[in-house]
Amino acid sequence: MAIGVKVVERPIHDTSYIRATLTGMAHTLKHLLTPDRVTTQYPEQKESISKRWRGTHRMLTTEDGKAKCVACGLCPTVCPSNCIKLVPGEDEQGNRYPLVFEIDEFRCIFCGYCQEVCPEEAIHVGRHYENAEYSREGFVYDLERLMAQTHPVCEMWDPADPKGE
Amino acid sequence: MTMLALLQAATPSSEPHVLPFFVFTAIKLIAVFTVYMVGVALLTLAERKISAWIQDRHGPNRVGWHGLAQPVADGIKNFVKEETYPAAANIPLFVLAPALAFIPALVTWAVIPFAAPWEGRWGRIEMVLAPMPIGFLFILAISSLGVYGIVLAGWSSNNKYSLLGGLRSSAQMISYEIAMGMSTIPVLLLAGNVSLTKIVNQQAFETWNVLNLTIAFFIFLVAAFAETNRLPFDLPEAESELIAGYHSEYSAMKFSLFFIAEYANMVTASALMATLFFGGWDIPFTLWDNVAPHTGLKTFLTLGCFATKVLFFVFLYMWIRWTLPRFRYDQLMSLGWKLLLPLALGYIVAIATTIVTLDSLGFARGSVPFHAGLILLNIAAVVILFVLLDRGRVISPAYSRLDKREVDRLRAVSTAHRTPLLPESGD
Repeated sequence: MAIGVKVVERPIHDTSYIRATLTGMAHTLKHLLTPDRVTTQYPEQKESISKRWRGTHRMLTTEDGKAKCVACGLCPTVCPSNCIKLVPGEDEQGNRYPLVFEIDEFRCIFCGYCQEVCPEEAIHVGRHYENAEYSREGFVYDLERLMAQTHPVCEMWDPADPKGE
Repeated sequence: MTMLALLQAATPSSEPHVLPFFVFTAIKLIAVFTVYMVGVALLTLAERKISAWIQDRHGPNRVGWHGLAQPVADGIKNFVKEETYPAAANIPLFVLAPALAFIPALVTWAVIPFAAPWEGRWGRIEMVLAPMPIGFLFILAISSLGVYGIVLAGWSSNNKYSLLGGLRSSAQMISYEIAMGMSTIPVLLLAGNVSLTKIVNQQAFETWNVLNLTIAFFIFLVAAFAETNRLPFDLPEAESELIAGYHSEYSAMKFSLFFIAEYANMVTASALMATLFFGGWDIPFTLWDNVAPHTGLKTFLTLGCFATKVLFFVFLYMWIRWTLPRFRYDQLMSLGWKLLLPLALGYIVAIATTIVTLDSLGFARGSVPFHAGLILLNIAAVVILFVLLDRGRVISPAYSRLDKREVDRLRAVSTAHRTPLLPESGD
């Protein structure tokens, strides 16, 4: 049995190459003359990012410039990617503080659990995204570097205020 | 013997001073070469900018003021990149091919008049590198060499995609070269000469050929697009089918040479369209630029006029590239052989008949009735052609490749021999 190929009879304005070409050229010229550009010119202009953006970390400090961290060990415990290294220490008054606090931002999955779990509101994920480094080692942020960050921190979702008002 | 004749022909007619002739020829050589190469480099930027603007983007704008130094950055990048040679390539031809693609486009410029002549204290200086009386034949001869670079590149790469690109390009360029050559015969009939300077002068004192010979211009335009392998005829390159076609295996500056060759060809084809059909360097609506005294100011203004015309056609190239999709191979061939070539041949007959008729009726060349007759014929021909093109489905979509009678005949054949594959159900 022969294959019945359906041949559709189409009107000329659908099949004319000349008309299609002229229409197309008018269309491209229209865009050339009255462009509607939506490109963000990145290094000069930046897109605004969400208040809940979770980027590279920041350690908040007290008024006298020390890290708020009390080395309780909750954040390395809760961290699903195991990227926080914490060695606790204790001073003469018996206050605990971190001897070593390192976050490997390459391993981090930016879930924000560390910020959520922190009882002292010390470690935060930040609203920041420009993190280029020349080596893998450069991505291991130590305590000094975490304290030196200045970018705004993430505002976590609050169940009492779901719309963030 | 032929060379001697050529050399004699190349010597300008009114040339009393030998030394200024050589000095100015050298200056013109350097100037034209520099402007041409810098222009070609800037055109790569222009193409990217125009494509960006058409697609509502910004285009390259990081290097220099609004990206103006982008060609320099591209050039540096291409010079310092690694040159790769495929193991199975034919190395001598592989290296030779980019140069062969590039040189013909450059050489063609030798005979294109780019401004009005300048008569200063050193005598008359023609604003063309080699004012040959056979300029047009020279162009035909040189432009047909362009195909060698692409074919050799495709073959010597020893890569199936390159080879396919080279094959397509040879078929395409040979097919359209015929239509292109034929479409220019009416121009020669009107000018009565093959010297490009004479053709420009004839258009300046009479009318631009595009008004007399629109169909010839149309054929030349389409064929020139095919000759330069630009969209919608970029089958030799065909990124989506053949990676990069004939230059798939090329890297660094050798690849860049193909790129330069494409733009150089484009500028040359634009200059030819301007010269043959749009009056060359002639400033429209005035004869001031065509008569003595030939001052430097006239040379300068006519140069600007010529540049404007050429850049307009270059823009047209880019505009069309970013509008139209690529043809299918069978569409390409049927357009070239079944439409453009017969049309060009028929047009030669029509124009020749008209010219002979008008001549025998006693209308002088260049007189108002002579050109009125030509223009009237032209308007009628253009209307008829475009109505036919509109109805006739020139570039046929798959569903209208055959005409209706053919479809009906095939259907009759298929239904007459129709036998059921499955036995009829028994109930």
